[in-house]
Amino acid sequence: MKKPETISPSKALSGETLPNGPGAAAILAAGIGSAALGILALANDAFPAINKLLIFYGPSGGLSGVSTMAVVIWLVAWFILARRWATAAVPMARVNLISFALLAVGILLTFPPFMDLLQGK
Amino acid sequence: MEISLRDLLTVLHGMGFGALFMLAFAGAVAELYRISAPAAAILPTPGAQRLLRWYLIAMVVLAWAAVLSGTYMVYPWYRAVPPAGTTDLSLYPKFLLNSSPDTSAWHSLGMEWKEHVAWLAPIAITMVAYVTAKYGAGLTRPRHLRTAVMAFVVVAFAATGVAGAFGAFLNKYAPVRGGPAIHIIQVQERE
Repeated sequence: MKKPETISPSKALSGETLPNGPGAAAILAAGIGSAALGILALANDAFPAINKLLIFYGPSGGLSGVSTMAVVIWLVAWFILARRWATAAVPMARVNLISFALLAVGILLTFPPFMDLLQGK
Repeated sequence: MEISLRDLLTVLHGMGFGALFMLAFAGAVAELYRISAPAAAILPTPGAQRLLRWYLIAMVVLAWAAVLSGTYMVYPWYRAVPPAGTTDLSLYPKFLLNSSPDTSAWHSLGMEWKEHVAWLAPIAITMVAYVTAKYGAGLTRPRHLRTAVMAFVVVAFAATGVAGAFGAFLNKYAPVRGGPAIHIIQVQERE
């Protein structure tokens, strides 16, 4: 009978034996949260009706809703992905590529001149 | 020597949380690079991994404290609307900046960028802390985890830099003032 594979203490300590799914879930969720922040910031700026909806705390205006909703989207995405990929080995190169693209969306859409450009201001 | 409550809380937001978070990046980047570099010769000890884990958790707390205090404490004072007919706008920083074409871009570019981009930092650093705690030195195998962690650290640093720099400039041109005065040191006047 084949002996079960044992994990050396150094391998266990280094995290080599863990599946990359949980890490990939956290990385992709951070990208999704960043993109959500940018998209919500743009929507808040461009559409007065959305701005009204995003005022969760009057004194902070739309920023309260933009940041709260981005954090909620990030955490929900993280929760869902972490459950799906808890023991999975996922293609990290593709996850990174998508995460960086989403992060870039977040960075660009929080930059006021780019926001203004998209709105034709 | 006295300081207004709003001044004190703005300093706590900017220097207490934001600047401390920014300073902590140097240690985080050096240690993350050291443990996860492909050519890392020595596996970090459990003690060293534990220290890095707590260091990153402290950064996560600072990042969230900075954005939450900024959004819900300082920002409402910044954007407060002056009553009709107010001519002295010193207690209304946003309106003070917008009252002159020489300073309005500090709001339209500086504050508008700062208020949103700053929120990227806690999201990014929370992910970095989680992945580092989960994988430890295993970040380097496969290298993609390490690439993502380092990229998000750099973005968090840049976002904090933008927010911090504009925060400092904004507080120079239109400081958040007001609230009760807090006496720190009472100096007796000599006759």
